[in-house]
Amino acid sequence: MTTPTLPSEGGLPGTDPAISARGLVRTFGRFTAVKGVSFEVGKGEIFGFLGPNGSGKTTVIKMLTGLLPLSGGEATVEGLNVRTDAERVRERIGYMSQNFSLYPDLTVTENLTFYGRIYGLGAQRLKTRMQEVIELNGLGPYLNRLASQLSGGWKQRLALGCAMLHEPKLLFLDEPTAGIDPVARRQLWDLLFELSSRGITFFVTTHYMDEAERCSHVAYIYYGKLIADGTPNTLRELPDVQPPGTIRVEITTPEVTRALARARQIKGVRSATIFGQSIHALIDDHLELEDLRERLSRSGAAVGEIRPLAPSLEDVFVELTYKNQAANGNHQEGQSEPVEAKHA
Amino acid sequence: MRNIFRGFGAVFYKETLHVRRDFGTLFFSLIIPLLQMLLLGYGIDTNIRQINTVVFNADGRRESRELLDRLKNSDTFHVVRYVNSDVEMNEMIIGGKARVGIKIPVDYSDKLLHQMSAQVLVLIDGSDSSVAGQAINVTTAIGLDESLRRALTNNASLAVDMRPKLLFNPDSRSPNFFLPGLTAILLLNVTTFLTAFSIVREKERGTLEQLFVTPVKPMGLLLGKLLPYLGIGFFELLLILTFMRFAFLVPIHGSVFLLALLSLPYIFVSLSLGILISSKANTQSEAMQLAFLTILPSIFFSGYIFPRETMPRVFYVISYFVPASYFINITRGVILRGAGIHHLWLDGLALFAIGAFLLIIAARRFHNKVIMA
Repeated sequence: MTTPTLPSEGGLPGTDPAISARGLVRTFGRFTAVKGVSFEVGKGEIFGFLGPNGSGKTTVIKMLTGLLPLSGGEATVEGLNVRTDAERVRERIGYMSQNFSLYPDLTVTENLTFYGRIYGLGAQRLKTRMQEVIELNGLGPYLNRLASQLSGGWKQRLALGCAMLHEPKLLFLDEPTAGIDPVARRQLWDLLFELSSRGITFFVTTHYMDEAERCSHVAYIYYGKLIADGTPNTLRELPDVQPPGTIRVEITTPEVTRALARARQIKGVRSATIFGQSIHALIDDHLELEDLRERLSRSGAAVGEIRPLAPSLEDVFVELTYKNQAANGNHQEGQSEPVEAKHA
Repeated sequence: MRNIFRGFGAVFYKETLHVRRDFGTLFFSLIIPLLQMLLLGYGIDTNIRQINTVVFNADGRRESRELLDRLKNSDTFHVVRYVNSDVEMNEMIIGGKARVGIKIPVDYSDKLLHQMSAQVLVLIDGSDSSVAGQAINVTTAIGLDESLRRALTNNASLAVDMRPKLLFNPDSRSPNFFLPGLTAILLLNVTTFLTAFSIVREKERGTLEQLFVTPVKPMGLLLGKLLPYLGIGFFELLLILTFMRFAFLVPIHGSVFLLALLSLPYIFVSLSLGILISSKANTQSEAMQLAFLTILPSIFFSGYIFPRETMPRVFYVISYFVPASYFINITRGVILRGAGIHHLWLDGLALFAIGAFLLIIAARRFHNKVIMA
């Protein structure tokens, strides 16, 4: 495989970040969609940008790609100011939207050719780059197939191929795995890791928590405010997520609903949620596990294993969201500071 | 690189592929106008001829038969039946089997022979005003002519001899009147629909959003998308003109080159209209409805069917804002009257102004509602 000459290590200390956003604000009339969002994405990182629908994810992407003017704040992408250099920013980034944005009535080759020419690749460069992209994404067998005849996973690979023809150092992927089968999802992530190891930075939005866990850096935006920013591990250790004097446990039981109802009545259990055939609970650390088991059993439910558990990213975001709601009363107003967790 | 047309080549390449792939749409957008043309060219004749007529000839002698022959020879009346009573004649008219009833009284020949005034009753169904008007005109004219012939002595000439001469369309052929106007309507249809659809399709697929994140410049994008359709519109024009000239034998008195030249600002208007529609519509069916909305005024207020001069004042003013008005003036001018650039430059300029105005509005709407949304 031909390897593009790219730095092989990402996130080098001392180099400029791939993205730097400082106090981004965007208003639409009287509505403020993005309220002072700041973060940095290092080169070669896979940055997972999460948040509920309508919380401002797409607006932030649009601002960083120069589509929406900033109402306030500053942002640089690949060292270029998005306010003044939007066109050059767009030359250096790739963007893949969630519906893949392919032309269904054009073949794989024609789609690639079109995007290559849009980015102004000359005939020779286009040819070699197409060869590389086709090989990397395994599109070889489908070159003359219409994009509309490809399955979801292959559409996604083609879209990714189109977005990276011009060798961008930074790729924005907006929900790249929505509606894709698990195998294709796994393959896409393998590809992302490989490209990331060559120094390409990814800005990925997703709703899948398992994908968030794979990111080297995640941020969570909640109604226009960034409420979490850091590596998955640092976020798990945040005091808001794991208050001092508490532990998180997984309780296995075949009768989850009955056990849950009981668990919520027990003093020392701070919160409890169902996860499949088990309950995840945050409990005070002075509560004995054997004592907990016995008290749960009184509900009549058979209680299996109880073991300590590290919080998942989902736990993290749920806790932070509750905390944020409680702090603000309502999510539209208020100016509390985002929870910052610098990389370890 | 500060090229405001950046991305033009790539978009043009892609758009021609779309057109080639979607051959069906292209074919129908070219063929349906020709079918419309066939229907209108052959099917519609605004000249009123061969009106169904019932005759009650109570006289029956030579003078009365001569009068009937003259009426028949006018090509206006077609005698469907001869009857023998007023009742039968009335029945024919009420039943809609005849539009005109002509009754020649029993004493017609006698009165003429005795140099007295002979009356002929002409009953006309007034429910269609143009038919009625034609029947009145022709019967009165023939009556007057008949009287004059009898009043004047042999070889005397008329004191005043009106000699009307129809310029440009001497036979009053309907295709000559309709088809140049139809050209304007068809051209508008095809180009507006095609451009609106081509952009709205990209909205539906989300590819427009994708394009905005590439370094393509708005002008490069728009021109790349429009130029193929400008080409199609132009081809369509040539097709229609060829058809008109050789299938319907409408002579083109002016310069075809001038017509082609002046059609450019008109196609420009249609394309701008297409972009404007696509800035509003988010689905192809919405685009379709909006496009129809623009077609109706083009048909009714442009002078295509009804003369603009006889319209109520309000509509007459509206007609100045309908691009087809100007282009119909151009097509009829060049094709029928052999008009030159010095007659028509103002219409061309007006079209260009409308096109530019629409394009600016469309571009603004695009900027505010589509990109910023």
